[in-house]
Amino acid sequence: MKYIDEFQNPELARRLLDDIHATVTRPWALMEVCGGQTHTIIRHGIDQLLPEQVELIHGPGCPVCVTPLEVIDKALEIASRPDVVFCSFGDMLRVPGTGRDLFQVRSEGGDVRVVYSPLDALRIAQENPGREVVFFGIGFETTAPPNAMTVYQARKLGIRNFSLLVSHVRVPPAIEAIMRSPSCRVQGFLAAGHVCSVMGMGEYPELAARHRVPIVVTGFEPLDILEGVRRAVRQLERGEHTVDNAYARAVRPEGNPAALAMLEDVFEVTDRAWRGIGVIPDSGWRLSSRYREYDAEHRFSVTGINTLEPAECRSGEVLQGLLKPHECEAFGTLCTPRSPLGATMVSSEGACAAYYLYRRLELTPARTAVSPEASPVA
Amino acid sequence: MCLAVPGRVLDIGERDGTRMATVDFGGVQKEVCLEYLPDLQVGEYAIVHVGFALQRLDEESARQTLELFEQLGMLQEEFGDPWEQAAAAGGDPWPFSDDPDAAAAQEEARP
Ligand code: SF4
Repeated sequence: MKYIDEFQNPELARRLLDDIHATVTRPWALMEVCGGQTHTIIRHGIDQLLPEQVELIHGPGCPVCVTPLEVIDKALEIASRPDVVFCSFGDMLRVPGTGRDLFQVRSEGGDVRVVYSPLDALRIAQENPGREVVFFGIGFETTAPPNAMTVYQARKLGIRNFSLLVSHVRVPPAIEAIMRSPSCRVQGFLAAGHVCSVMGMGEYPELAARHRVPIVVTGFEPLDILEGVRRAVRQLERGEHTVDNAYARAVRPEGNPAALAMLEDVFEVTDRAWRGIGVIPDSGWRLSSRYREYDAEHRFSVTGINTLEPAECRSGEVLQGLLKPHECEAFGTLCTPRSPLGATMVSSEGACAAYYLYRRLELTPARTAVSPEASPVA
Repeated sequence: MCLAVPGRVLDIGERDGTRMATVDFGGVQKEVCLEYLPDLQVGEYAIVHVGFALQRLDEESARQTLELFEQLGMLQEEFGDPWEQAAAAGGDPWPFSDDPDAAAAQEEARP
């Protein structure tokens, strides 16, 4: 248990782990849906502290990673226009489009700005009435309400030089798609806590019942993950499959009603392509027809885009939990955070990045001339 | 970006007809929209994501989370200079070249 002293409360961590070890009698595969959870797991070696029978499969929950290449390419094209100020969250800067990224667009003279909040982009639009300000609206259910509010505000304040390039995705249809896949091995889910802070838990009971799969709403800190695993394993061992809230300090069953009402007003559900995975029915949002004039895709005709995914990249399988990052041939050789082939290597929530940052030294003994002490699996 | 960070409300005001607050995240202060938690009061804690308060949090859990994020360098990730971060991403080279010394040095330098 080499990392346990790093836990904020090592004693509690040990108690949770002991309980999990005492409960498990058979092998179980759990998927943590959210990329933030993946990072906590890899950073703290939680997967290595769990009993061998409990496998954690990394899920698709990284919005940066799943944004389709076509949308990235549209962003790059819009951002290159001289009349446009293109605003984005910082973690989209180095996500590779076909041949380049936003970082490069800026070095070529594009006015690309990083904002902390979508409302900052709206303020830039107010301050620059002569220019078109476009905000790159990606993210799961946690990020969609802030972006929805920004469009609502733009309309309320009569700001016309603002638009949103939208690529929002929703978690429950992704869970549905994962469970339907013939190669699915997932037996329980750790659901993304902050998504549920907004959406509540209403969409999950039906999914849990239909697929006979426990869904435990789980937070992001090491102890949260252990508690989520503990509750999921308990259910599995007892043959139960219910929705359980292990993140009650931040998740109310009804979610955030004001945010839900805004989502309902500004967005409508649509099919969405997930990078590396393909189209999942009803898995995203787009601006509803009432807000069409704020849709950057309508405002700028970005057509004739030819996308080209690098053939070596297997991030689609990584995102579906079918492949662990280091099992990809390109991992750490052709593909590194400095020159990433896929978004999963560059996003701060991407699984490939997590393995690269925290585990590369122990994962590739065969490729290195390092002495055996330096590589625990040698 | 998907991270949501707990913060404490310092003061509440209005901008363009919208309820806004100054929120403190362990030393970093940001302007945060309260429209989704309209009854949040000065002194209370909430989970904040991309400048929006999304859910109340009790003081004890908020403090613990902030402490942990601070230790893990996640506040820097969230509030630091994104251009610098993007430029530096992957700054340390992959150690498994043919140079075992570089790899060993990197292992030693690991936090
Ligand atoms: S390691 Fe790189 S090339 Fe391989 S799946 Fe991950 S992002 Fe794609």
